[in-house]
Amino acid sequence: MNQVFSRPESLKDVQTHFCPGCQHGTIHRLVAEAMDEFGIRDRTIGIASVGCSVFLYSYFDIDVVEAPHGRAPAVATGAKRARPDKIVFTYQGDGDLAAIGTSEIIHAANRGEAITVIFVNNTTYGMTGGQMAPTTMPGQKTSTSPYGRDIKNDGAPFKMAELLSNLDGVAFSARVAVNSPKNVLQARKMIKTAFQYQVEGKGFSFIEALSTCPTNWGMNPLQANQRLADEMIPYFPLNVFKNSENL
Amino acid sequence: MSEKLFVKGNEAVAMAAIEAGVRCYFGYPITPQSDIPEYLSRELPKNGGTFIQAESEIGAINMVLGASAAGVRAMTSSSGPGISLKQEGISYMAGSELPGVIVDIMRQGPGLGGIDASQADYWQATRGGGHGGYRIIVLAPASVQEMYDLTMLAFDLSDLYRIPAMVLADSVIGQMKESIVANPRPQVELPAKEWAVRGRKAGEPQNVVKSLKLGDGEMEAFHWAMLDRYKVLAENENRWEELLTDDAELIVTAFGSTARISRTAVAMAREAGMKVGLLRPITLFPFPARAYLSLSQRCKRFLDIELSTGQMIDDVRLSVARDADVAFYGRPPGAGSLPTPEEIFEQIRKVYP
Repeated sequence: MNQVFSRPESLKDVQTHFCPGCQHGTIHRLVAEAMDEFGIRDRTIGIASVGCSVFLYSYFDIDVVEAPHGRAPAVATGAKRARPDKIVFTYQGDGDLAAIGTSEIIHAANRGEAITVIFVNNTTYGMTGGQMAPTTMPGQKTSTSPYGRDIKNDGAPFKMAELLSNLDGVAFSARVAVNSPKNVLQARKMIKTAFQYQVEGKGFSFIEALSTCPTNWGMNPLQANQRLADEMIPYFPLNVFKNSENL
Repeated sequence: MSEKLFVKGNEAVAMAAIEAGVRCYFGYPITPQSDIPEYLSRELPKNGGTFIQAESEIGAINMVLGASAAGVRAMTSSSGPGISLKQEGISYMAGSELPGVIVDIMRQGPGLGGIDASQADYWQATRGGGHGGYRIIVLAPASVQEMYDLTMLAFDLSDLYRIPAMVLADSVIGQMKESIVANPRPQVELPAKEWAVRGRKAGEPQNVVKSLKLGDGEMEAFHWAMLDRYKVLAENENRWEELLTDDAELIVTAFGSTARISRTAVAMAREAGMKVGLLRPITLFPFPARAYLSLSQRCKRFLDIELSTGQMIDDVRLSVARDADVAFYGRPPGAGSLPTPEEIFEQIRKVYP
């Protein structure tokens, strides 16, 4: 009998610390599959960020540098410029990339650094206990927006995939979700394309992956998945915003 | 062959970095150090290296972190306001045991301050500067030649001990022009950077460069190990200069630019028949405590000179024997506040036993 499904080689055979219903695990898997497909694990350097994503090195069987909060694109810039033959990717959450790290992501993208950025948007700060994030939805209640996000007070959520696609330095920018089998298959394809840009030396690639955080949303996994479909996708549309080489 | 050149202190830093094999420079413009990125933007790419003008000081130091984690020699440079921004990255580098060279051409502060010389970042540099409790190597050049030599030394010490190293000068030393001998890079045996990230090959261990230490006892063990390393550093790498200390009844002590001015004042005192010597620390961390202790067994009076209201004096007082007396003369950094040799000579006369 042929084995048709197994753990990607780029992932370790360990349990994760992620909460039940969290979609980091699925996104990790898709990134690992892309690495396996291109056979780049032995020349890949991962840049971990601060938040639930920090334990990248515990789950990926690759060399990893842990960056200060928000600084992963700068750390990735240093590593890639030092070793241009390596594949360098960052894996960052929404607070990390779109709040404290806005300067680093925008400038790394604008320089067209030959790196891949995986941006996980779950509309909240997961690790610190569910505070308001730069991508928290209008009206969404969090531990620091107890009356709901007020756009007049807090501004509107950042749409990072669209925003970055406007920069000349960005070669590829897409938003994906992993809430359904159909979306997982599309996300797998987009993540592979993002790595293909780097493997072929075609510039900066960016993936925004919508994700659930049932624990901090106060929902069970099914409710969280439903919320992602009903509220997040209409606000954060799934699309390819830039595909400069039509890969 | 060693070349003789007439260059600015900041240029000497940049030239020495290239000679030391720096592969990556990341920086941001700020007076009075901009000659360093300007020189390297022109010369580093010709020498096979990478220059990036970063979006911020924070970006620059984190690029240094990434390049250093990948195993190459990397550096940044700045002055007070920018060095403050870099402290986050320096703390992470210290926590990740990453080498890297940071040049601080001090200017006045606090805040935006001003662009004239200052020595008021002594505490920030020698106490670590960022959060969490750590030290970095701090070297204090007093001439353009030392800007060149100590920059190369900073790279070697930083690689050897896996501790970030800072070259701490000020706008006087950074902006002055002197003739130097551009010595070739010293041949130092350094351990291979087996900890660097390089893409894990089958059968090789996974390399992770990180500062998060959550395991039971892991962080405590790190701090004890670093303390041991600081002790080895103090044992092996203390550097200082003594001038006319053998028979001195009073020892003037100062670093960097104020040591240069003090040297003239000491000569004036000798001319006037006073037995005065000079002790100039070259390494500020590790602080050459043993030189102070040894001299203070015999000479019971010291005069500490600083371009601040007194920072290094803490270390001087901690280093001398209990019954040695340390007087202080300093001026807060500011336009026109650099002391003259005559001014320091006057202070020598006041406290001379």
